[in-house]
Amino acid sequence: MRAVLTVVGKDKTGIIAKISAFLSERNINILDISQTILQEYFAMIMIVDLSQSKAELALLADECGRLGEKIGMSIHIQHEEIFNAMHSI
Amino acid sequence: MFNYGDVLETINMIEKEHLDIRTVTMGISLLPCISGSAEQTAVKVYDTVCKKAENIVKVTSDLSREYGIPIVNKRVSVTPAAVICAPFAEKSALIGKALDNAAKTVGIDFLGGYSALVHKGMADYEREFISSIPEVLSQTERLCSSVNIGSSKSGINMNAVKLMGEVIKQTANKSKERDGYACAKLVVFCNAVEDNPFMAGAFHGIGESGTVINVGVSGPGVVLHAIKGIPNADLTELAETVKRTAFKITRAGQLIAKEAARRLNAEFGIVDLSLAPTPARGDSVAQILEEMGLEQVGTHGSTACLAMLNDAVKKGGVMASSRVGGLSGAFIPVSEDIGMIEAAERGNLCIDKLEAMTAVCSVGLDMIAVPGDTPASTLSAIIADEAAIGMINNKTTAVRIVPVPDKTVGDSVNFGGLLGHAPLMAVHTRSADKFISRGGLIPAPIHSNKN
Repeated sequence: MRAVLTVVGKDKTGIIAKISAFLSERNINILDISQTILQEYFAMIMIVDLSQSKAELALLADECGRLGEKIGMSIHIQHEEIFNAMHSI
Repeated sequence: MFNYGDVLETINMIEKEHLDIRTVTMGISLLPCISGSAEQTAVKVYDTVCKKAENIVKVTSDLSREYGIPIVNKRVSVTPAAVICAPFAEKSALIGKALDNAAKTVGIDFLGGYSALVHKGMADYEREFISSIPEVLSQTERLCSSVNIGSSKSGINMNAVKLMGEVIKQTANKSKERDGYACAKLVVFCNAVEDNPFMAGAFHGIGESGTVINVGVSGPGVVLHAIKGIPNADLTELAETVKRTAFKITRAGQLIAKEAARRLNAEFGIVDLSLAPTPARGDSVAQILEEMGLEQVGTHGSTACLAMLNDAVKKGGVMASSRVGGLSGAFIPVSEDIGMIEAAERGNLCIDKLEAMTAVCSVGLDMIAVPGDTPASTLSAIIADEAAIGMINNKTTAVRIVPVPDKTVGDSVNFGGLLGHAPLMAVHTRSADKFISRGGLIPAPIHSNKN
């Protein structure tokens, strides 16, 4: 199953490193990364593959929320279908 | 790969614009529960609801986290209880209490379906059932009730309209200590729909399957934000923007509805495309109308703005879902919408204007507080007016009105939570008593003869 991980917040060093470590610890594979700085704000979208991971998406979403609070960013992980449903016909 | 704009738009809709799935409602048929006695039936009713809906809270919580979209309410609707209670109508309250207990056990805030359909005629057992509503609603917490008193096909049952005016008064008086709160759980319908997921008017129609998932999407805040983004657009462009926004909102609802149905071993029923406000600022239908260009909702132009909004929401939503149903449109409950509350407080929104607005939107006079000394016949006359609008225009209309005991115009009432607060609104004081006491049936309109 694929999910979309989004990170938004004020730019600082080490964001990608922390996120990648978090994913790697849970055996979650990164399929695609796209990242930019919009008016000093860091915005990153990752497509990740959960098929090799034992983590449940609902619990992972809770963990992402906590990680986000810890590093001062807004982090979400959502089933990719929500974006497909809303933005493609 | 998804593009930035799309992904961030979804996140913003959820985080800043109150996009949510307003309700996942499981419709459950209680027909197999009818047994030899009221006591046996009550046990079966309780067991059936608890078993079928046992996972609804967990499943919706999981879905909400996995897809990152809040699911605000989890609810259950059941077969109109008057049908289940027919053999022992004098003991209807037992079934009502069993349903209320089941709602508590399952962990949901409202369960709908303490309902009767009497749009063409009212049998003795139905009259007995309806007479139990005041006591049952005042003694239960989570049970909701509705009565259908008219339809475009059959006309308006004025005997039932008369009775409902009295029932509403009694219901208010029996929950006097909570300002007539129990009336907030009672809806009087014309053209009630069988697959409505929204409370307090939800019930699971006789024509429905055994167990069904119906989903109500919402999103006044998302529509408001979209309109704010085009301050100088003409109304054609504005309608297009609302359509596009409604499409996206509904697609999210369709996704959740199908997945919820799969996980709960139920059929996917319908998606109800309604803009349902909450008392939170920025989650208001009234504010959308004001953003369109009204100084305050209730002024001249409100009906036209609402008509356009309601139609655009339907057009966008219908395209986005394989099965659309329920009430589908924009709700204008007074106490549940901050813009409506403010307009009523300043005297810019009166019942007469609301009545006109209900002719073009999805439901009716909803969550309106009126003086406690309003006569039952006046409440019946308000119901009759709404039902006439629904009957002639082939649409659902409803009345959910609270005559607040011992309060009058100038006072206000607070029901708490999603039910919100409202100032009491004035009603006309000239009597409709003679009209209501005539009874009988207002015949169905000529255009009902389509066969």
